[in-house]
Amino acid sequence: MESYLPILYFAAVGAVFPIAILVVMALVRPKRPNPAKLAPYECGVAAPTDAWDHRFSVRYYLIAVLFVVFDVETVFLFPWAVVYDKLLLFGFVEMAVFLYILVLGYVYVWKRGALSWA
Amino acid sequence: MTLTLSEPLFNALLAVVKILFVWAMTLAALLPNLIWAERRVSGLIQDRPGPNRVGPLGLFQAVADVLKLMMKEDVVPLYVDKVLFTLAPLITLTPALVTFAVIPFGSSIPITWNGAVRDVPLVIADVNVGILYIFALTSLAVYGIVLAGWSSNDKYSLLGGVRASAQIISYELAMGFSAAGVFIAAGSLRLPAVVEWQHAHLWNVVPQFLGFVVFAVAIFAETNRIPFDLSEAEAELVAGYHTEYSSFRFAMFFMGEYANLIAASAVVTTLYFGGWSLPGVAFTGLWGGLASIAVFAVKTAAFIFLFLWVRWTLPRFRYDQLMELGWKVFLPLSFFHLIAVAAFVAASGR
Amino acid sequence: MSTTTPSPTLAFAPLLERKFGEKAAPEARPAADVPTIAVDASALHDVALFLRDDPSARFDLFLDLAAVDRLKLAGPASYRAGERFAANYLLYSTERNEHLRVRTTAPAADPKLPTLTDVWWGANWFEREAWDLMGITFEGHPNLKRLLTHNGFVGHALRKDYEAGQRWLCTEEDVLQTDLAAQTETPEDVFETLTLNFGPSHPSTHGTLRVVMRCDGETIVAAESECGYLHRCFEKMSETHTYQQVIPYTDRLNYCSPMINGSGYARAVESMLGVEIPERARAVRTVLAEFSRLMDHMVCLGANLVDIGALTNFWYAFQAREEIYSLLEACCGARLTSSYARIGGLSNDVPENFVEWCRRLVKLCHNQIREVDGLITKNRIAQKRFRDTGVVTKEQALAWGFTGPCLRASGVAYDVRKDAPYDWYDRVDFDVPIATEGDNFARYLVRMEEMRQSLRIVEQVVAKLPNGPVNSDDYRVVLPPKEMVYNEMEGLIYHFKVVFEGIPVPAGEIYSYTEGANGELGYHIVSDGTGRPYRVKVRPPCFPLFASFEKIIRGGMVSDAVATLGTLNIIAGELDR
Repeated sequence: MESYLPILYFAAVGAVFPIAILVVMALVRPKRPNPAKLAPYECGVAAPTDAWDHRFSVRYYLIAVLFVVFDVETVFLFPWAVVYDKLLLFGFVEMAVFLYILVLGYVYVWKRGALSWA
Repeated sequence: MTLTLSEPLFNALLAVVKILFVWAMTLAALLPNLIWAERRVSGLIQDRPGPNRVGPLGLFQAVADVLKLMMKEDVVPLYVDKVLFTLAPLITLTPALVTFAVIPFGSSIPITWNGAVRDVPLVIADVNVGILYIFALTSLAVYGIVLAGWSSNDKYSLLGGVRASAQIISYELAMGFSAAGVFIAAGSLRLPAVVEWQHAHLWNVVPQFLGFVVFAVAIFAETNRIPFDLSEAEAELVAGYHTEYSSFRFAMFFMGEYANLIAASAVVTTLYFGGWSLPGVAFTGLWGGLASIAVFAVKTAAFIFLFLWVRWTLPRFRYDQLMELGWKVFLPLSFFHLIAVAAFVAASGR
Repeated sequence: MSTTTPSPTLAFAPLLERKFGEKAAPEARPAADVPTIAVDASALHDVALFLRDDPSARFDLFLDLAAVDRLKLAGPASYRAGERFAANYLLYSTERNEHLRVRTTAPAADPKLPTLTDVWWGANWFEREAWDLMGITFEGHPNLKRLLTHNGFVGHALRKDYEAGQRWLCTEEDVLQTDLAAQTETPEDVFETLTLNFGPSHPSTHGTLRVVMRCDGETIVAAESECGYLHRCFEKMSETHTYQQVIPYTDRLNYCSPMINGSGYARAVESMLGVEIPERARAVRTVLAEFSRLMDHMVCLGANLVDIGALTNFWYAFQAREEIYSLLEACCGARLTSSYARIGGLSNDVPENFVEWCRRLVKLCHNQIREVDGLITKNRIAQKRFRDTGVVTKEQALAWGFTGPCLRASGVAYDVRKDAPYDWYDRVDFDVPIATEGDNFARYLVRMEEMRQSLRIVEQVVAKLPNGPVNSDDYRVVLPPKEMVYNEMEGLIYHFKVVFEGIPVPAGEIYSYTEGANGELGYHIVSDGTGRPYRVKVRPPCFPLFASFEKIIRGGMVSDAVATLGTLNIIAGELDR
């Protein structure tokens, strides 16, 4: 785990640096709020509805679900890729079967129109 | 009197020095210069001078810009989700900066310690998950954008946020599949190992050209730049997810984008263009180590230039076209590429 | 005004008389004006249908509705009672290349006319405008509400008894969004879809106009547009200024090509006066009008391409524009609002190196067009963005009252420069590019080719630019030269009269049209014989384009709407006047 330590330092500095600027600069920044400034931007008219009043389209959600499915597959791929030079033919066949199932699912999703936006 | 240091302390010190070095490179040197370079390159492409007043050749323009942004009023609209609104730019910027931790930026430098000479590898953290770490961080950056879009409680921001999330996750798949080919070749997820393999054999771009193309396009999409800047798309969504952001909070997104750009260029260089290596050149000793850093920097800069060039040349995709390209073109291509590489390696026995 | 001749024989006149008798009769008009038929309001709708559908008429394009309040116009007493309001419908037949004015009247008390929106959809916004500014109610109109003024406005501004200078508080009552909500089928829809507000202050509206759209995901299911944010009372102001003083206002109509507006207006007044302008002035007007058209197209394409993300083209396009501005500046001293045309000619002669300057510009423009062409025309992303988006079929374009590049991109080859040549257009050789797809890409291509044709015209005119004066020597109209004013009694009197009384335009009426950068630019001017116009009505080419915008974008995506808004080239200054 020791090799991860530098990352921790790195992340800490990476987070502290912007926060520090935000805090320090707050001392010199002007602050003159007014109602128009604090309203959400709506191209110059008063917003009749909040963005949170609407649901967003199910299509975005669909993409997210598909992503989760396929992304899990990629996670399986990486360890396989690392030891592939030891598995060779066995690994190839094994992964071919795995990918075949994956592609089947992919084709199914495509045919069902889940990948078409409009 | 000789200074004696315990082993862990020495390692920690080494890490700090390396972090400082990388930070100096990225934050102090590259990032401002990149903002300047972007504007000068766009000026060059667009037949105009670009910024040339602040400092020699306008080099201090970026510094002036960031200073200006720091001094600006920080407007937080009334109806936003305050916690997430504050957190979002941090979630974008920090991972973008931390990505550099696993990228080897040079071969190694000999350092004498306790009488013994040891080669210090020029990478901040040589972790065995290497590329997974990078994928994890780039996925984290999506959260920043999505949360910014949602917490702003503004319709353009919201649309920008959902666009970004769908776009980035779609291209991440193609990116993952195409990168797997590189690790089959190298037999390790460690980025130094990938570079060393390329140093010993061949730059990956040659045998895995298709993978390189898919990976490069996907990483363009990940960095949210034209032709993939749909989450900002100023003509449609005003400023997309950062419509409501001002002052330094906006600057954080801004710097995050550029830090991502540098990181993306560094990753492509490492995976496909041999990182710090040059074919047939052995980088040994102190001067060799420094030269390898220079090689790496030049390669990365070339990629950064490519990024800038593309941005000022191409139009932007439409949302559905972008998704179809990702799911129906690049994903199958990356499948195909992976199988082809695996088959080739299995057939050749190595 | 020159001789009054009977209207040119209207092919459909006998049939019209047989069908409608006295209710629709051709009127005698001066030759410079368009043929006119006077129609009784009760028969208006039937006459309109006849004019649109009868094979001998076929007036398929609705151009304009110019309403005139005749309250203070010298004439019969009926002008103050039963026939106070005159509504002039301007029509065009693309088949027979003929303009026609249909005039009907409405009484002073509760003026009402049947709507023609169901005959030509393009009448929609023109009727709204007439209701808004003149107070004529159009019975059966689907959406008769304020357009150029706001909801807090009381009265009708262009009526002669409306006192200018009154102030009405503009409340923030948002009619548009309420209306849009009313279009939903179920209350659930309001929740399921996102109402997105584009404008008045949005990066892609290039001016202050507004579109509210309801989107399902990113697909637009309903939209409504609104203009009037930039309304500067051009028409009302014209009525209190002399004919010459109106010219600077015309610059602000379509501010991308002010020269075309100015010379179009000057031409209208010149036709009323019967003044012939010198050849040199005509030639220079032609050259500068073509350069202006080029600038307009450059701005349109440059901004349009920025909207689809191709940022660099903007600079390539604007480079040419800046250089053309320099030429205009050398001619008249102003870059944007040139005010160069004068009634009877031009304000002053062009610089000595005009011809070489033009040739240099032609070369530069060709180069800039090539740059944009190389970056965009064959670019696959640009093609994907432009092709099959914002499609307007030929039938739709005609029904909606399109003219100019947008109409030509839908397959109708109507160009005033070819079909009713003015200035030098009959002496030069040029082509009118058309496309049949009617999508954004077609409009892009048509504009690109039009720019090349404009350069062709410039080259030809410049090659034979005549020498001589640039102003008419009719000193009732044109200020006499200074030497004459200071040395001769007559000169001083002319000067005095032109400055103090204005140009005495004979009483009468004209519809004069030229090809603006966006389509047919018409001026409908009514004179009461004094030095100030009684009524000026502009036919802004953008107006029908933007009126139909909400119909074009429905079913497309938000990004398509942005691209379409750009290729239609909506210019708010012209839209609102």
